[in-house]
Amino acid sequence: MSEADLSMGHGAGVMETRPFSIPSKKLVMWLFIISDACTFGAMLFAYGYVKNAAADWPHPFESASIMNALFMTFVLVTSSLTILMGVRQAKAGNKSKAIQWTFITIVLGLAFAALHLKEWMGLIHGGVRLFQNPWGSPIFGASFFAITGLHLAHVVSGAVALLVVILGYKWGRYNSDDLEIWGLYWHFVDLVWMFVVPMVYLMNAKA
Amino acid sequence: MVSNQGNFKSDLVVYVAILALACVQVFFLKGHLFALLSVAIVQAILAVMFFMHLGSEKPTLRLALIPGTLFVLVMLNMIWADSYRLMSMKPFAK
Repeated sequence: MSEADLSMGHGAGVMETRPFSIPSKKLVMWLFIISDACTFGAMLFAYGYVKNAAADWPHPFESASIMNALFMTFVLVTSSLTILMGVRQAKAGNKSKAIQWTFITIVLGLAFAALHLKEWMGLIHGGVRLFQNPWGSPIFGASFFAITGLHLAHVVSGAVALLVVILGYKWGRYNSDDLEIWGLYWHFVDLVWMFVVPMVYLMNAKA
Repeated sequence: MVSNQGNFKSDLVVYVAILALACVQVFFLKGHLFALLSVAIVQAILAVMFFMHLGSEKPTLRLALIPGTLFVLVMLNMIWADSYRLMSMKPFAK
């Protein structure tokens, strides 16, 4: 379309079609998710690298820790289901139910964070520091806290983002699309945990 | 935005499947890296396709997102050779 056409109003109402038939902000969230997937992927590969290269990699996780990780999985996957319910209710125009399900999701996310911190405190009391631990390769602590800490930061920031979006939705600032987009992020956080548990916990379980 | 939210029944089935696979990992596959990762990949596919509804988006979106991500993750596998070098030639090759 030429500049002359635009100046004469010939371009009025003509808009470029949306890429992939989704709103731009949803596409941006997908692009963020794949870049974040590569970040977590790189961290897990780096973790595998140092573990592989260490002759005395520790295996500190007893069955109580493993069961705690399984319970954390249950909490996080359940929160994925509740945010799906929230988004569905929002799409159906049922505002109060959408708010209710999203608040349940936020509470589950915070419960996950509390369980995670409990696990951390157990390890710290057991003598694990960033560059030392009682069992073996000193870099175990740094790699464990880096991966689980990055994931924990995602969970906490996701809970805060959902709180902001749902309050905005309640007050009319945001709509169901915004809730759906942050729901995508929440599912991604859940997805990452599916790889953290086997790589970090189940491969380092005490025999 | 066009709704592609699926239905509650399919979400519930996927939810139960993901949790069941997590239990399989914990109770039967502890310490078996490739089996654990295979199950995690199945869980991830379920989450991406059904919870995140990528399965019901346009194929071009899937084409734009998935191959590039997989390419990066596959290329990262090149580090393993170096990690084995550290294992057998540590502290470092001279």
